[in-house]
Amino acid sequence: MELTNEHILARIEQRLPGSVVANDVARDGILNIETTREQVADLLQFLRDDEYLNYHFLTSLCGIHYPDSAGRELGVIYHLHNWPQNRRLRLKIFFPVADPHVPTATTLWPTANWMERQEYDFFGIIFTGHPDLRRILNVDDLDVFPMRKEYRLEDGTRTDKDDRFFGRQGHEGREFD
Amino acid sequence: MQVQSYFSSLDNIDGELATLNLGPTHPATHGVFQNVLKMDGERIHSAEPTIGYIHRAFEKLAEHRPYNQITPITDRLNYCSSPINNMGWHMTVEKLIGAELPKRAQYMRVIIMELSRIADHLVCNAVIGVDTGALTGFTYMFQERERIYEMFEEVCGSRLTTNIGRIGGMERDFTPAFHAKLKDFMKTFPARFEEFNDMLERNRIFMDRCVGAGPISAERAMAYGFTGPNLRAAGVDYDVRVMNPYSSYEDFDFIVPVGKDGDTYDRFLVRQEEIRQSMRIIEQAYKNLPEGNYHADVPDFYLPDKPDVYTKMEALIYHFKVVMGETPVPVGEVYHCVEGGNGELGFYLISDGGRQPYRLHFRRPCFIYYQAYPEMIKGAMLSDAILAMSSMNVIAGELDA
Repeated sequence: MELTNEHILARIEQRLPGSVVANDVARDGILNIETTREQVADLLQFLRDDEYLNYHFLTSLCGIHYPDSAGRELGVIYHLHNWPQNRRLRLKIFFPVADPHVPTATTLWPTANWMERQEYDFFGIIFTGHPDLRRILNVDDLDVFPMRKEYRLEDGTRTDKDDRFFGRQGHEGREFD
Repeated sequence: MQVQSYFSSLDNIDGELATLNLGPTHPATHGVFQNVLKMDGERIHSAEPTIGYIHRAFEKLAEHRPYNQITPITDRLNYCSSPINNMGWHMTVEKLIGAELPKRAQYMRVIIMELSRIADHLVCNAVIGVDTGALTGFTYMFQERERIYEMFEEVCGSRLTTNIGRIGGMERDFTPAFHAKLKDFMKTFPARFEEFNDMLERNRIFMDRCVGAGPISAERAMAYGFTGPNLRAAGVDYDVRVMNPYSSYEDFDFIVPVGKDGDTYDRFLVRQEEIRQSMRIIEQAYKNLPEGNYHADVPDFYLPDKPDVYTKMEALIYHFKVVMGETPVPVGEVYHCVEGGNGELGFYLISDGGRQPYRLHFRRPCFIYYQAYPEMIKGAMLSDAILAMSSMNVIAGELDA
């Protein structure tokens, strides 16, 4: 049977009612599902193990930072892929930056290990239950999370550069360094 | 497998192990990789990889650059096959802005991408030869790679970090010199390549070194997120070119080779066969190269012809808008993946309509599958670990972003 977006959502709703907070279809045609931090572990497990949905492959996992949306500043985005049916799914969760704890996916996919270390390294997202949550690409004693939007790309103490002359003012009020 | 069972009875020999720092710079590892190995004599008890030595903050940089200035960043991911990265990025942006390319541009891209796949696989397989003691094949195959780079030079002016093509197509049509070089390559490369193949494929010494070195099962490979030749060597026929055809790959007839054991020898064979299949694709694409334009009509992103910039007002305006990155971009998110030299190279782009991406995440196949390395070499000899690493084709640039 072909896997349509309606089927996917109905199946999730049937087994894990209320776990889909919001959904839409992105510009690239991939179904976006938003869930909560409390339910993400169960939902990932269900998506992987359900023989009908069969999202067995974790394509990528990445963090994101929206400093302006209060209470849901940080996010984690999972890309899942069902190879036999060739259907992709994007699963998102958002949570406050003050409490950046997310359950790990390493118990489901060993490949999540380095992916989660990377997002911890860059966004400070703490994956609870991760076997080895250390920085991976940056130096161990770095004391910031560089992919957060408040972290400047260049040294903020420099006075010899005026950003207005370099086209670096950001777009529509969104200030970059 | 004999090496796998070696440590089953020796798990409690801690305290008698020697620590060996393999890397960060070591002549045998072809790149900046560090592995802290716990050794029992010649055998590896455990390995602890440290990565990030050449981290260049590409994802952060990309949030501060207009779209067309991100292409040079992608060059420096897998620098053995930069054109695939460049075009993967271009196609991501084209997906976001909804640009449809003429067939000719798509076929031209396929030719370039398959040439770079050949270059990528040639380096990998020639280096497996070097690591097993056969330097000769390497020197001959590097001459062939040199010819591929000369073709890139004809198309875009540079060789290694190509920055080839543009958002919306190719920067210029194939030149007569390119046509001559490609025809010559198609005529002479297969025979030379088979000579290289004959030197290694059934070579007793080579087989003794490679068969059973650094194996991984299909289940573990999928759990570890393997894609590309390394996954296919384990027996799973996942290929992005077939699964999600882009740039008209559905028009071409080619085989996706698979291995069985996922060891160094299978990875070698899969790459060898992929080179032959790439040649088939190039031949088909070149023979059927459609007439038409080599770029799409997307003036917001594609630089106008230089003579027009000097003589026409509209072209001048667009020229400045493109160069300054002041072009309107739709709000939205797209994921696009291409079959890179090492597997599924994905670009996850979130646009808020600004001149830069709001977030750009690279799915780098090397980064994802290199974490299986300690498991693959546990219990193996040190020399097999070197071989396993070169046959996985771990590229430091892609690993560390």
